Amino acid sequence: MKNTLTFATKLASMGLLAGATAMLLAAAPQDMKALKGAIKVDGSSTVYPITEAIAEEFNKVASKVRVTVGISGTGGGFKRFCAGEIDISDASRPIKKSESDGAGKAGVEFVELPVAYDGLTIVVNPKNTWCTALTVDQIKKIYSASGGIKSWKDIDPTWPDKAIKVYSPGTDSGTFDYFKEVTVGKDGSIRSDMSVSEDDNVLVRGVSGDEGAIGFFGCAYYFENKDKVKAVAIDGGKGAVAVSVESIENGSYAPFSRPLFIYVNKKSAERAEVDAFVDFYLKNAAALVGEVGYVKLPEAIYAKVGKNWDDRRTGTQFSDAEGKAVAGSLADIYK
Amino acid sequence: MSAPRSAASRLLANRVFLVTCLVATNVAMLVLAVLLISIFWQGWDTLSWKFITSFASRKPTDAGIMAPLMGSVWVCSICGLVALPLGVGTAVFLEEFAKKTRFTRVVQTNIMNLAGVPSIVYGILGLTAFARMFGAFGTNVEEAITLGNEDSLLFLRLPFGSSVLAGGLTLMLVILPVVIISTQEALRAVPGSLRAGAFALGATRWQTVWGITLPAAIPGIMTGAILSMSRAIGESAPLLVLGGLLLVFNTPENLMSDFAILPLQIYNWAGRPQDAFHEIAASAIIVQLAVLLLFNGIAVFIRQKLQKPLQ
Repeated sequence: MKNTLTFATKLASMGLLAGATAMLLAAAPQDMKALKGAIKVDGSSTVYPITEAIAEEFNKVASKVRVTVGISGTGGGFKRFCAGEIDISDASRPIKKSESDGAGKAGVEFVELPVAYDGLTIVVNPKNTWCTALTVDQIKKIYSASGGIKSWKDIDPTWPDKAIKVYSPGTDSGTFDYFKEVTVGKDGSIRSDMSVSEDDNVLVRGVSGDEGAIGFFGCAYYFENKDKVKAVAIDGGKGAVAVSVESIENGSYAPFSRPLFIYVNKKSAERAEVDAFVDFYLKNAAALVGEVGYVKLPEAIYAKVGKNWDDRRTGTQFSDAEGKAVAGSLADIYK
Repeated sequence: MSAPRSAASRLLANRVFLVTCLVATNVAMLVLAVLLISIFWQGWDTLSWKFITSFASRKPTDAGIMAPLMGSVWVCSICGLVALPLGVGTAVFLEEFAKKTRFTRVVQTNIMNLAGVPSIVYGILGLTAFARMFGAFGTNVEEAITLGNEDSLLFLRLPFGSSVLAGGLTLMLVILPVVIISTQEALRAVPGSLRAGAFALGATRWQTVWGITLPAAIPGIMTGAILSMSRAIGESAPLLVLGGLLLVFNTPENLMSDFAILPLQIYNWAGRPQDAFHEIAASAIIVQLAVLLLFNGIAVFIRQKLQKPLQ
C-alpha cells in the first residue's frame, strides 16, 4: 500500500491528473468495439512505455483488435518495418537514409509521426555544490576523447580540484547516439574511460554514490530520482535553462531534448483497425506520455502531426535529398 | 611416494580439506540465500492473484503477468516435449546402436561443439529456419499457407512466424546438445554386464535398450532434463531475435499464437525508472521461480515413476 501511495505522489508531483484517463475513454467512438484484426508494433524500448500505455487504453475500447508490441530496438524495428513484417515501428531517432532506401526497395511507404519528447538530463551528485550549470561546450569538453578533463578544476578554475568520474548509457543506445551527435558530432569520438551501463538505474546509483560524478540519461529517470541526483542547467547560448517538463515542451531546454517517433506503414494504414489505432494514438498521446515519464509535444506540432497523418504524407523530413541528416530542433524541421 | 607422515599431520590435512569444502558450499548457499531473500523481500507484497491474472499496464499497480506467464509455459512445454524425445533418441542411437565410424565421430564432435554455441546464434537459426522457413513460403504473413481455422487449437501456418511453435523449437535447439550429452553420459554409466546379460538371454538390441538400459539411465537423463529446462525458461536472447513480444493482450490459443515471455518482461520492468516497476519485477521473478520448480517437479515425478532398481 505504501508503494502505491508514493507512486501516486510522484505522479501528482509531475503535474498529472487521474482524470486524464477518464477523459480519453469518453472520447472513444462506439463503432471501435466492432473493429477486428491484428496490429503489429515493434522497435525502440524507449518508446515502448508510450505505445504500451496507448495500446492498454485502446484495448479497452476496441477489445477485438489484437495489438502486439515488441522491443527489438529502433534499428531492429526498422529492419522488420522496412521488410513489411510489421505495421508500426517505434523509433527513438528519425529513420536513416539507408533504412528508408531499403523500405523503398521493398515497396514500403511510411508516414513519419513524432509523438513525444524525451529530455536528456545531465546530472551530478547532490553533494556537488559548485556545478549548477554547464554550457554545451563544457559538456562537449568533458565527454570528448580529446578534452582531457581529469578534474572539475579543468573545466572551471574556480571549481575544486576533485577527480571527475564520467557515467554514460550504453554506446549502442539511442540515448548515447543522440548525446554524441549534439556534443562531439557524428564524426567526433567520446572518451573511453567512462562507467557505462545499459540500465539507467545503475547510472542513477553510480552518480548518487560518487561526489565527483557526472552522468546523463533520459529525463524520466531524473524525475523519479530527484532526491538522489542533482540536475545541471544547460546553457545552449541563451542562458542556463533547468530541465523541466515545461522547458522541454517549449523548446528552451536545448539542445538536449529529442523527439520520439512512430512510423506507420502506409499500406497497413488502409486497414480500419490500424487507422483507428493511430488516430487513437495521436489523440491521446498528449495526455498519456507524461504519465510514463516523457514530455508531450507543443499543441502546434501535434496539429501538424495530425494533419500529416490525415494526408498520409509519406517519407522522412529528417534527411535531405542527399541523404544527410537534417540538424535542428523538431519545431524547426517538422512541417 | 612421499615419506610416511604422522597421524596428526594427516588428520590435520583431512580437517583443512573438510573446512575448505564446507566454506565453498556455504559461500554458494549464502549467495543464493541473499538473492532469494532480497527478491522475496522486494516482491512478496506485490505478488497477488490479480498480479498473476492481469495483462500488462502502464500503471504498476494494475500490471500483471498473465501473457508472459502463459507464453513461457507454452514455449517451454513445446521445447521440452520436442527436445526430450529427440535428444534421448539421438543419444540412444549413438551409444547403443551406431557403430563407431568416422560419421558418428563427426556427429559426436559437432554435438559437443554445439553445446558451447551462444544462445543468440540459435535465435538467428530459429528465425531463418522456423519463423521464416528460408523464405520458401514468401516473406509476408498474409501470403502464408494456412491449415485449419484460425480460432481452432489445430491451426497451422507456414512459415511459422514469431509463434509459440517457432519459439519452442528455437529453445529446443538451444537445449538439445545438453540433453543428448547428459543422456549419453547416463547410458555410459549403465554397467556393460547388464547389456551382456540381456543379450545372453536372447534379447534384441531394442529389448535391451527399452527394458534394461533406458530404465537404468532414467535418473541421469532426468537430471539433464531438469538442467536444460531450467536454462530454457531463463533464455531471452534467442526469443528476442525471433521477434519475441513484450505486450500481448491474450494468452496463446494454438501453436501459431503470438507470445511474450517472463525473462523479457522482468528485464523491461527492472529497467524502468519507477521504483514500483522494480517491485513487480521481483514479484515476476518469484513467479518464474515457481514455474521453474513446477517443470522440475514434473521431471522428478517422471524419474520416480520410471526408475527401476538395478537389482
